[in-house]
Amino acid sequence: MTDTAVRPATTKPSRPVRRRSPRRAGDLTAYAVLGALALVVIFPLIWMLLTSVKTDADAVRNPYALPSPPSLEAYQTLLLSGQQPIFLWLWNSFAAATLQTVLILVTASMAAYALARLDFAGRNIVFGLIIATLLVPPVVFLIPNYLLVENFGWLDSILAITVPGAASAFGVFFLRQFFLGIPPEIEEAARIDGAGDFRIFFQVALPLARPALATLAVLSFLGNWNDFLWPVYVLLSPENMTLQPGLAMLQGAFRTHFGIVMAGAAIASIPVLILFAFAQRQIVDSVAGAAVKG
Amino acid sequence: MAIDLAATTAVPADRIVGRPGGRGRRPAARRRRTLIAYLFLAPFLALFVTFVIVPAVFGVWISLTNWSPFRDSQDFIGLKNYLDLFTAGSTTSADFWNSMRATGLFVVLSVPFLVVVPLFIAVLLNRKLRGATFFRTVFFAPYVLGVAIVGVIWSYVFDTQSGILNHLLGLFGLPSDTPWVVDTPWVWVSLVGVTVWWTAGLNTVIFLAGLKGINTDLYEAAALDGAGAARTFFSVTLPGLRPVMIFITTTTILASANMFGQSFLLTNGGPGNETRTAIMYIADQGLSQNNMAPASAMSYVLFAFLAIISVVNFRLQRERSEKAAS
Repeated sequence: MTDTAVRPATTKPSRPVRRRSPRRAGDLTAYAVLGALALVVIFPLIWMLLTSVKTDADAVRNPYALPSPPSLEAYQTLLLSGQQPIFLWLWNSFAAATLQTVLILVTASMAAYALARLDFAGRNIVFGLIIATLLVPPVVFLIPNYLLVENFGWLDSILAITVPGAASAFGVFFLRQFFLGIPPEIEEAARIDGAGDFRIFFQVALPLARPALATLAVLSFLGNWNDFLWPVYVLLSPENMTLQPGLAMLQGAFRTHFGIVMAGAAIASIPVLILFAFAQRQIVDSVAGAAVKG
Repeated sequence: MAIDLAATTAVPADRIVGRPGGRGRRPAARRRRTLIAYLFLAPFLALFVTFVIVPAVFGVWISLTNWSPFRDSQDFIGLKNYLDLFTAGSTTSADFWNSMRATGLFVVLSVPFLVVVPLFIAVLLNRKLRGATFFRTVFFAPYVLGVAIVGVIWSYVFDTQSGILNHLLGLFGLPSDTPWVVDTPWVWVSLVGVTVWWTAGLNTVIFLAGLKGINTDLYEAAALDGAGAARTFFSVTLPGLRPVMIFITTTTILASANMFGQSFLLTNGGPGNETRTAIMYIADQGLSQNNMAPASAMSYVLFAFLAIISVVNFRLQRERSEKAAS
């Protein structure tokens, strides 16, 4: 790794000077290792796609051969069965993740602004309570929240998988940090112009917080999208499920019909992967930035 | 995510806002400001009180009763549910501690790989290779799929009869009948392997961000001193990553301690109850078997264990910021 050290400190961070000869051997090794690892990561996904375009008989008889000939039978069986509304699950997942993200952004940004910028009785108590709950693992809320949600009549509805999880202590903490970092002079100027707290919040602070809001949006969306335990227990009927519990159910329904299960996995993963490919920089930077800076 | 309390509580609000007239001069004005602040807080607090504070207290109450969803009123029975967990031979203690063992084992087996593999990849990616962004994207991609898709795909890869993994191993002359998701110790290899496949990209990008934060002068100095690759790694890279390392280790331990989906989807807790984690057992007892009271008690016992980890982490973080300050 000594060769990384020859980079002059004055170059712009993204465009290092390339010194061909001493780096080349190390770079080749790095490429070989990274390439091998990338293959390990990609292979199961390719295998999923290949298996999904086999006929059921083909998948059972020749599990290791290439599909001969490729067929959309598995997709047809899956979509025509009517028991596994997989596009509905995709939609439910998107709807739930979006709704919860919006709820978090609205509630957390307002609360964070008050905690960062307004002076009021009980501020330390409120902030202390919020911080304290960051340390509590989600399993503690599992049973009482289930009883609450059941009591509200929210079981098996999108409300169950969006509203309770929208109480984001992390979101408040994260945005408060950001608001504290904004130079107060900007808000002062608006105040001198006669703007009230609400106007300053909406017209001055929120626009400035756009990058932090985007990061929180990505994290919230991913968190809801990946949630598994809670939806498995609170969503009951097939048409109300999201992708995660839906796929678990699909696996149970088609056990050894791997072609059909893989078709389901393919339908579930392709839109996500395409979306990720487009937004990867924003997503990766959000996740890494929140961890390192937060 | 990374919590640095020391840095957050320092600035008094009246100074920031610079309100003319100062604070608290007239009680009416102060009351008005408090009212406005709570208007800002109201939407969040409504959710927070209902779904965080109330359940946290409600959960304690449940754990102190003989709660049954089939009865209208519940009886207070004190600490009995907790004492049962610590009494050998009670209905829940053996299974609970068995599940805690599974969780502990998974933490011990998975965390080293989930830290070392991403660190290794991040160091390679940090060489500023052409195409580094492509690799970064590939390594992160499994994380966005979610555990269910990951579990479904790998169930097929691992399948003892028609799984591709055993077939590939056979091609290399290795045993081709390994019961990956059926028998010990293979179940643990599979669960750890899948978890690494699924989440290594997450830790990788965090390590990468940490590596970018290390002062390049240090590398120059190391090169001038004639330090080799290994020496540079241990004397410059690792110390420079210390805060990120603490963060990743802690969050990874907590994530592994909360493992549920992988066992649920790949091994269904088996063989026997070997891979049934604490979360899996608590959810099953509380929500499927209607043993809500003992399950609540278990969740608080698990919380106590995780709190110890969090406190240790908090100590380490504070040490770090004190060092940085001095």
